[in-house]
Amino acid sequence: MGPPLGTLAGLRADLDAKRVSSRELVDACLARAEALDRKLHAFLGLRAERARAEAAESDARRARGEVRGALEGIPVALKDNMVQRGEPTTCASRILEGFVSPYDATIVRRLQAAGAVIVGRTNLDEFAMGSSTENSAYGPSRNPWDVSRTPGGSSGGSAAAVAAGIVPLALGSDTGGSIRQPAACTGIVGMKPTYGRVSRYGLVAFASSLDQIGPFTRSAADCATALEVLCGHDPFDSTSLPEPVPRFSEALTGDVSGLVIGLPKEYFVEEGVDPAVLAAVRAAVAELEKAGAKTREVSLPHTKYGIACYYLIAPAEASSNLARYDGVRYGLRAKDAENLTELYCRTRSQGFGAEVKRRILLGTYVLSAGYYDAYYRKAQQVRTLVRRDFEGALAGCDVIATPTMPEVAFRIGEKSGDPLRMYLNDVYTVSANLAGVPGISIPCGFHEGMPIGLQLLGRILDEATLLRVADAYERCTDWHSRRPPETA
Amino acid sequence: MSRVLEKYEAVIGLEVHVHLKTASKLFSNAPVVYGAEPNHAVTPVCLALPGSLPVLNAKAVEFAIRAGLATHCKVHPQSVFARKNYFYPDLPKGYQISQYEEPICTEGWIEIELPAEKGGAEGPQTKRVGITRIHMEEDAGKSIHDEVVAGTGSAVDLNRAGVPLLEIVSEPVLRSAAEASAYLRALRSILRYVDVSEADMEKGQFRCDANVSLRRRGESKLGTRTETKNLNSFRFVEAAIGIEIERQAKLLDAGGRVIQATLLYDPATNKTRVMRTKENADDYRYFPDPDLVPLVIDPAEIERVRRELPELPDRKRARFQAEHGLSEYDARLLTGSRALADFFERAAKALGNAKTVANWVLRDVLQALKERELEIEQTKLEPEALAALLALVESGRVTAKSARDLLPELVERGGDPAALVRARGLEAVSDTGVIEAAADEAIAASPEMAARYRAGEEKILNALIGQVMKKTAGKASPAAVKEILARKLRG
Amino acid sequence: MSRITRQEVERVAALARLELAPDEAERMTSQLDAILDYVALLSEVDTTGIAPTSHAVPLRTPLRDDRPGPPLDPDDAVRNAPEREGSAFLVPKVIEGEES
Repeated sequence: MGPPLGTLAGLRADLDAKRVSSRELVDACLARAEALDRKLHAFLGLRAERARAEAAESDARRARGEVRGALEGIPVALKDNMVQRGEPTTCASRILEGFVSPYDATIVRRLQAAGAVIVGRTNLDEFAMGSSTENSAYGPSRNPWDVSRTPGGSSGGSAAAVAAGIVPLALGSDTGGSIRQPAACTGIVGMKPTYGRVSRYGLVAFASSLDQIGPFTRSAADCATALEVLCGHDPFDSTSLPEPVPRFSEALTGDVSGLVIGLPKEYFVEEGVDPAVLAAVRAAVAELEKAGAKTREVSLPHTKYGIACYYLIAPAEASSNLARYDGVRYGLRAKDAENLTELYCRTRSQGFGAEVKRRILLGTYVLSAGYYDAYYRKAQQVRTLVRRDFEGALAGCDVIATPTMPEVAFRIGEKSGDPLRMYLNDVYTVSANLAGVPGISIPCGFHEGMPIGLQLLGRILDEATLLRVADAYERCTDWHSRRPPETA
Repeated sequence: MSRVLEKYEAVIGLEVHVHLKTASKLFSNAPVVYGAEPNHAVTPVCLALPGSLPVLNAKAVEFAIRAGLATHCKVHPQSVFARKNYFYPDLPKGYQISQYEEPICTEGWIEIELPAEKGGAEGPQTKRVGITRIHMEEDAGKSIHDEVVAGTGSAVDLNRAGVPLLEIVSEPVLRSAAEASAYLRALRSILRYVDVSEADMEKGQFRCDANVSLRRRGESKLGTRTETKNLNSFRFVEAAIGIEIERQAKLLDAGGRVIQATLLYDPATNKTRVMRTKENADDYRYFPDPDLVPLVIDPAEIERVRRELPELPDRKRARFQAEHGLSEYDARLLTGSRALADFFERAAKALGNAKTVANWVLRDVLQALKERELEIEQTKLEPEALAALLALVESGRVTAKSARDLLPELVERGGDPAALVRARGLEAVSDTGVIEAAADEAIAASPEMAARYRAGEEKILNALIGQVMKKTAGKASPAAVKEILARKLRG
Repeated sequence: MSRITRQEVERVAALARLELAPDEAERMTSQLDAILDYVALLSEVDTTGIAPTSHAVPLRTPLRDDRPGPPLDPDDAVRNAPEREGSAFLVPKVIEGEES
C-alpha cells in the first residue's frame, strides 16, 4: 500500500506536470481501498476494472491535450445513494439488492464531463437515515482516527475514504447534517451547498425538500474546485436553482478583514455539549478575529425546535419517497407471497432495516388522517420560523459559526439502542437544511485524539463567503493537514 | 325508473378523467403512445426508479387552463401538486401526483341540453351544471389480468403511467341518468372543441366516476352516496346510474340505509358490486409534493390562452344562426362537434350559400357517414370538394340526383367532383335538342297521357317527366324537362 | 400517558405495508412514543398566521417543453424486475379495484 493520496490541488498539479498518470493514481487509490477497507469498510463496491480503463482513457486524452475539466484523471468516490448507469446502487439497504441503474445521476454526468474517474460506491446509513453508518445493512464503516468509533453519518463511508487518503474527493448527501457531521468526525472538509445548488436527479431521495449533495475534501480550496464542477442548474430537477454559479476558487483570497462572524447565543450554551468542543470552536473564532474578522452575538431563537421540526418533516417525506420499494420493478422481492398485500408487506419488512421502518412509521403516522395538522403542518410552520431566524441573523453578519456536533465521534454501538439520543446528535446541523442555507464543516482541533469540527453557515447562495472564511482559517492553522496515524 | 324518481330525487355528481393530448407525459419526457408493447414507452420517472424526479409539462398546463376557461372556471395563479399515497402495482411511486387543496381551476359551469322528455313541446331546454373543480394529475399504468400473459398473476405495463389527466368534478346537480349522460356529452364536446383531448372513450381517454344519492322529494338533506368507478362509455354511465338509483330506492323503500361505498360496474352482467366501504377506505396522506414547487401561472399567460381559445359550441351556434340564417335546430346539429362545424363552414365559405351546404351536410353527408360508420374527421371528402359539387348542381351542370348518387363515393374515397362527373358521364344534358327529342318520343309513346294532360289533369305531367328523365339517364334537369314537355303539350 | 398505542402503530404499519413481529411492534411503540413525546415540544410555539414552508429556497415552477425524448431501452426498463413476462412486470393476481 502506497502513501495517502494528496489533496485535489496537489494531485492536479502532479497530473499536469506529468509526475503521475491517472492510471497510477487510480491504481494507488484502489490498492489503498483494498488494503484499508478491511478495517474501515468505507466502500460497498469498487469498480476497479472500469475505473482503470477510464483512467487510461483520461491519460490518453491528456496526452492528446484534451483535458476535459478540473477533475481530469482524478479518482472520486460516490456515496452509494447516487446512481450511475450500469452500476449497482444499494443505499446500504437489502431492499435494493441486485439493482443496477439504467441511467446516470446528473452529478455523475457532471463529474465525467470534468474528467473524473469514479472508483466506487461508499457506505452509508440505510437510505441516509442515521448519524453513524451503523444503520447500513452491510455493516458499519469505521473512523480512520479510531476504528472503534464511527466516522459519523450518514455519509460516513465517503468521509472515511477521504480522511484515510483513499480518494481526494468523495460525494455525500446531507439531509440533516449527513455531510457536515461525518466531516467533523473524521477531520476533513464537508460542505452542504444551498438547497437547489446541486441537482438531486439521480440522488435516491430520503427527504426531498432537505436533501442536498455536496463534497468531502481535505481543504477548502479543494471544496471550491469540487463545487464548481457539481453546482449548476439542471432541467431534470424541479428544485434546481437557475442562478449562475460563481467561480468559487476566486473567493479564496485569504482576506477576512471586516467580515462579521455571528455567534448564535443559543448554540454557545454549556448544556448538552462537550466543553472541549465548545472551547475549540471559541478558539477557532478567536483565530479568525486575529485574522481581521469581527464577531457579534446573534440569535436564532427557534434553535431548540430544530430537531423536533426536522424529525417530523424528514420522516414524513421519507415515508412517501420509500413507498416505491415494493418488490415489483426492481430490488428485493419476498418469496412465496400469495397475494399482493403479502408481497408488499413481506418484501418491505425483509428489505428495510429497523431505523428505516421506524421513520416510515413515524412519517406515515404524522401524515395520516387526523394528525396532519398537529404534526406535519405544525412542523412546516415552525420551519418558516427557523428560516426567518436565519434571514434575521444573517442580515447582521456574514457567516454564523457553531460547533458541527456536540461531541467528537462516538463509539460504535454507544447510541444504537436509543434512537432519540442519536437524533439529538444532529442538533447543530438540521437547522441549515430546514432553512436551505449552505453550511460547511472544517477541522478546528482535537479532543481525545479525535477531530473537532467548526461549522460555518451562510446566506442562501453565498457558499463563496463560507469558503473564503474556511480557507482563511486553514491558512493560519494546520488542523486540516493532520492525517490519521494508522492510515499513513 | 321514472316512478322511482317521483318519490325520490336523485342527486348525481360526476368526476370525469380526461387524457390530455400531449406528446409527452405529465412529469417526464416519455412519449404518450397507445398500443405499444408493455413498458416500451417509459423513462426512469415512469418506472419510479430510485433518484428519478418529476418536471412538469408546459403543454399540459396550457391545456388545463384552456379547459378551465372553456368551462367558465376561475383559473388560479397558484396551484399545488400533492402526493396521494397508496400501494398498487400500476402506481409505481406508491403515490399519485395530483392536486388536492389547491387545484388549478375551480367554480365553473357548462350548459347542457335537457333530455327530450323534460323539454317537451317547447323545444330543447337547457340547464347550467356547475363545475366544482378541475385539477391536473397523472394516470396510472395498467394491470393486465389475461391468463395467457400473466398466468395466475397479473402483468403490469407502465406505458400509461404518467399520462396527463384532468379530473373534472361537477356539482351534484344532475338529477337523472339521462341528465348525467347529457352533461358528459356536452363536456366531451367542449373538450374536443378546445382541442385538449381526443376524449376517445374506447381508448380510456374519457372516463367517469358517478356519485349517486337519493333523497325524498321535498327534503333538502342529502342522502348517503355511493361512488361507481371507471365508467368508460355513455351507455355504461346511464346504465350504472340507473341501476344504482333503483338499488338505493329499493333499500330505502324497505326501510334500509344506504352504506357509503365505492362500487364497480360490470358491463357484462349489467350489475354493480361493492369494491370497498367507508370503513376500509384508505387514508391517502395527501401532502404537497416536495419534489415540485407550487405551479405559478402568470396572469398574462392566462389572458393569452383566453385570447387564443377557439370559439365554443354555444357561441358558434348563435353565430351560425345570425351569420348564415340557419334555424336553431340546424345550427345546433352542425355545432355538435367542432369537426362538423368546421367542415360546414369551410364548405359554406367555398360555395357562398350556407343554407344549401347545411341541407346537404345534415342530410346527405351525415347519412353517407352513418352508413359507413365513419366520423366526420375520417371522411376523405374535402369541404371544398362538397362545395364544388354543389356549385355544379346550382349551375345546372349536374342534377341533384346525380350529385346525391355520387356523394357516398366522395365521402368514402374523396376526389375531385368535376373529374368524377366527367369520368362517369354524369354531366346534365343541357342540349335542348336531346331533351326535345326525348319529349317527342315520350308524347308519341303515351298519347293517352298527353290527352289527359291537355284535358286539364296537370299532375299526369310528372309521369311524362319521369319517362323523359329515364330516357336521358337522369342527366337532364327536371326543370328543363318540365318546361319543354309543357310547351310541347300545350302547343 | 402514552402518545401512541400499539394498536395505532399496527394501523400505521398496515398503511405503510410493513409487517411487525410482536416484539418489534412493542419496541417500535415505545420508541415512537418517546419521539412523539419529544416533538410535542413544538406545541409551545405560537404559529398562528404563520404560513407553512415546503421549500426554504424561493423557487419558480420550471416547465418542460412538450417534446418526447427517447424512452428507456425496453431491456433496460425491465432488467431489474424480480419477475416478468416478456416486457411486463409480474405480480400476484390483482383484483380489480382492490387498492392493496
